[in-house]
Amino acid sequence: MIIDLLAGAVRGGTSIMYAGLGETVSERAGVINLGTEGSMLLGALGGYAVTAHTGNPWLGVLGGAVAGALLSLVHAVLVVSRGANQFASGLTLYFLALGVTALFGVSYVSTQINAFDDVPIPGLSDIPGIGPVLFDHDPLVYIAFFAAPAIWWVLFRTRVGLLVRTAGERSEALGVNGYSVKAVRYWSTIAGGALAGIGGAHISIAYADSWFENMIAGRGFIAVALVIFAMWNPIRIMAGAYLFGAALSLASVLQTAGYAVNQFALAAIPFVLTLIVLAVLGKRTMLAAPDELSRVFDNSRTA
Amino acid sequence: MRIRRSAGALIVAAVVAVLAACSPAVSNDDTGSTSAATSTDSAPGKDAKVVGVIAVGPKDDFGYNQAVYQGVEALRKNFPDIKVLDAYNIPEDDTAATTMESMVAQGATIIFATSYGHLDAAKQVAAAHPDVVVVHQGGLLDDPAPANMGSYFGSVYEPVYLAGIAAGAATKTGKLGYVYAIPIPQTLANINAFTLGAQSVRPDVEVTAVSTTAWCDPATQADRVKSLLSSGVDVVTQHQDCTKTIIEATEAAGAYTVGYHADASSLAPKGWLTGSEWNWGPLYTDIVKTAIAGKFTGSEYNANYRANMASGKNPFVSSKFGPSVTDDTKALIAAAAKKLEDGGSPFTGPITAQDGTVKVPAGETPPEETVEQMDYFVKGVVGTLS
Repeated sequence: MIIDLLAGAVRGGTSIMYAGLGETVSERAGVINLGTEGSMLLGALGGYAVTAHTGNPWLGVLGGAVAGALLSLVHAVLVVSRGANQFASGLTLYFLALGVTALFGVSYVSTQINAFDDVPIPGLSDIPGIGPVLFDHDPLVYIAFFAAPAIWWVLFRTRVGLLVRTAGERSEALGVNGYSVKAVRYWSTIAGGALAGIGGAHISIAYADSWFENMIAGRGFIAVALVIFAMWNPIRIMAGAYLFGAALSLASVLQTAGYAVNQFALAAIPFVLTLIVLAVLGKRTMLAAPDELSRVFDNSRTA
Repeated sequence: MRIRRSAGALIVAAVVAVLAACSPAVSNDDTGSTSAATSTDSAPGKDAKVVGVIAVGPKDDFGYNQAVYQGVEALRKNFPDIKVLDAYNIPEDDTAATTMESMVAQGATIIFATSYGHLDAAKQVAAAHPDVVVVHQGGLLDDPAPANMGSYFGSVYEPVYLAGIAAGAATKTGKLGYVYAIPIPQTLANINAFTLGAQSVRPDVEVTAVSTTAWCDPATQADRVKSLLSSGVDVVTQHQDCTKTIIEATEAAGAYTVGYHADASSLAPKGWLTGSEWNWGPLYTDIVKTAIAGKFTGSEYNANYRANMASGKNPFVSSKFGPSVTDDTKALIAAAAKKLEDGGSPFTGPITAQDGTVKVPAGETPPEETVEQMDYFVKGVVGTLS
């Protein structure tokens, strides 16, 4: 049972991790994108459609990334160029994506695709215990193992990452040094949307191998909560994503074993955990947040 | 400044005027409805030229709504002179009412509302248009029903019981899986009938029932199925609106599938055992025929119409068999089906609940109303009602 739970946690947490990593990049640059769920939906439908038409799930992942990035591009235009309220823009784009994917997804509901199959890693997947938990999944899960460290490394050890973090902490420093804050924020937001799109594509091309309207069912919002829970740190995003994935998988494991389970309570766990973190750490959360995020509330200053 | 302000006001006024002109021609005000001569001496639905059907989901979900679509196609075939309007993905809120109203505005005098949650909207539309026959799929109307309303359904648990026999015969591990949405009586009756059918060939069989809380959430379905399969279940069935995700996952794992709502055997070429599916065509056709003749009010359809196999008109029928079902199993199922057609019931006692209480004493058969209020799992079902 524990093995099943852990395997389900890794499997289910992968999409949340991709979206969480994307939102981390975006928020580190100073842009909050509540439309992450919308990017995931577009990524799921885009990925499914591209896989259906080309027969290649990797092209589907690419298609999902592009679809998710397009939505966040609109968000960037509204928020970075036009200075619109970030929360309103993100949420509105989520509702737009919800409707658009429901409408255009109708013809894909019955389509079968060449989805990702589970690829057990020879040798490693036979290790009792951690074998099935870590080494018997689809390729996107394996890539996710490296995505969080990679993004951590980019953010904290490269010049590009420094630009992103500066845009989120002291945007004037970028301007003084001749960089365009707007450009950095644009690219960060687009990258965030692309990663969220990959997370969404994972759900439709690897996890469920299906498309149905609103199939992301709130994972994008869990990802946004995860960013706060993980204090904008990619490694903690990975841990938190698997933790939240476990919460979602718990309902399956417990029910299969015959236990009574309040699924709605289980579904609330990710958000309750985030609230606890906010309450316990309080001011420290705001200190850990990129400074520019506090500007999101103060529209009178320009970017 | 003044010019700018009045320009803004002008623009707002223009937008409002355009929106008002473009608003849908339908209204819930029955004095304005185009189809109402409101003469109550004309029977509702008589000489209908347009029929409307609304469904809650997509027409190709390999499930509930696909079956509705097949019924619509049967209507089109059987009534070539009648225009059949169909609308899919209609949510269970007042969108349903608006859609039905727009169908009435297009001349529909017979409306089928095919999802459980369309009931309130259906009642609303029926009350506003006494000359339009509004029939609802699956709901329960007050007794007596309004003169122009009816609800219709089949005894779904009967073919599910027969499918359970196939599952019990096919399983090697003795563990079956049932994925459902919410524990409504209809679902409980299905799960229990499936279990009883399986137990009739293999008394020690176990049915693990897991819920997703949704009628179609592929991601949750995928997780539930994976969990069932890794616990040793080797036959999976479901009570969900969309069946594709679960069937594909089961087939990929090499386990057996029992379908529900529609024939999805194309998704499981190796593992398909059998299933139950809707054959709405004959029933939809008969309802329309009755209404066109002006005989709807007072007919058997102007009530809570439930057809079981004994009546010969159960719209829920067994699906075709898959390649692995043996002739012995087919014979067992045929014999059980004959018993149901002769008036038997899967719930003839003794029926014991999970906790050991005897719900139906030996030899007794509960009436349909009792079955429609089922609130327990029978012994052999693993899972709790939470």
